[in-house]
Amino acid sequence: MFAHNGVIILLTLLVALMASIMPLPLSVDAFRPDWVLIVLIYWCMALPGRVNIITAWVMGFLLDVLLGSVLGVHAAAMAISVYIVAENFQKIRNFSIWQQALITGVLAALYHLVVFWLQRFLIDVTFLTSYLYPVITTIILWPWVFYLLRKTRRHFSIK
Amino acid sequence: MNPIFKHGPSPGHRLLLVLLCSVSLIFFDHKMSSFDHVRGFLQSMVSPLQYLATTPKQMMSWAVENVTTRRQLIAENTAYKISELQFHQQLLALEIVKKENDRLRSLLASPLRGEVKKMVAEILSVDSDPYSHQVVINKGSDDGVYEGQPVLHDEGIVGQVLHVGVNSSRVLLIVDVTHAVPVRVSRNGVRLVASGTGKIDRLTHNFVQHSTDIQTGDLLVTSGLGGKYPEGYPVSQVSFVSNDESREFMRVYSTPIAQIDRLRYLLLLSNEEPVSIFAPKNQQNKKNSKKQIVEKNAKVTN
Repeated sequence: MFAHNGVIILLTLLVALMASIMPLPLSVDAFRPDWVLIVLIYWCMALPGRVNIITAWVMGFLLDVLLGSVLGVHAAAMAISVYIVAENFQKIRNFSIWQQALITGVLAALYHLVVFWLQRFLIDVTFLTSYLYPVITTIILWPWVFYLLRKTRRHFSIK
Repeated sequence: MNPIFKHGPSPGHRLLLVLLCSVSLIFFDHKMSSFDHVRGFLQSMVSPLQYLATTPKQMMSWAVENVTTRRQLIAENTAYKISELQFHQQLLALEIVKKENDRLRSLLASPLRGEVKKMVAEILSVDSDPYSHQVVINKGSDDGVYEGQPVLHDEGIVGQVLHVGVNSSRVLLIVDVTHAVPVRVSRNGVRLVASGTGKIDRLTHNFVQHSTDIQTGDLLVTSGLGGKYPEGYPVSQVSFVSNDESREFMRVYSTPIAQIDRLRYLLLLSNEEPVSIFAPKNQQNKKNSKKQIVEKNAKVTN
């Protein structure tokens, strides 16, 4: 994990975790993008040997602890979303940036729906469309995160 | 790394392994709640991250607090002085009423209300998870916070402590789906249960009979029956009552009094002895003997 500047990967993931629990005004809060998922998708696509389903699960578990949800819910959703990337990383790499953004959006929607289904199964929550607002911001955010993380990866020559 | 010749288990196997882990975690955490202690440990493990994440906001509020004009400070100061005067005057009246109340309660052989210890905590972070309503506060087991401790705002009940870490803990708010407070209508003492709906401005009341006397605008206060919350603190105000005879029960909704989305400082109450209507035996005996003495005195005067 720590060879070839692997610490940087860990650092970006920690920053993403922090961004996903940072206090925001209530009106903006519903639109908070899935920082951890975006960063995980990027690393899994770029370096599938370093970041894979296990990493995703651990990050999801940390998110569970940070958000106070039932342990394992976000972890499972994160692992399922990243599994799709891990299976298709060679295809996704060759797509244009906006196609990648759309795929990220679909994955984010899947992530939120899995979380919702699990929560629905455990505690009786009802579905609100506002649960899917983050998908929009995630799609918009993808190109920026992609360029930023690629720059980071090349600058630190993370392999 | 060589992406062509991968080694290690395939993604499918990894997913299977990880999902099994998740299922067992969900089962043990939710159904058996065997992770309560581990939760406290995990909470204290991630609390540095929470403190870090809240730094920008704290810097902002620090800047706002420090960059104020003299005039603003003077205005605030006067306002505080005036309100302090008012509160002091009310306190004087309260002392008398409290003594009178204690005397009456001792006459009725009910236990005296003990002083409640209070602790002020600041909110570290509010959950971004839309499925649950929880906040993290900056006090933990080092400060004497315990699980199930009632949490208040200056206006009313906010929630209770869910998990305790070493220097931060998690508060479950009353509007969470999994939370319910025993309440009574302060106008006539009708008992209800206020359950959270997951919406920030609504509590719901299940199983209310059609004959119940309840109106919109009624204030609901804690009844102290669950043993978690002390008696008599405001919880919510009835906002909607529908007495539709075709339904089995009345539909009653209420709005929390405390502005759940605008919290910053919270009060944690800790009472050593549970406040309840049923007094422990020895206390009751003491009161009874007192009562007899009072009765004797009454006879003497008669």
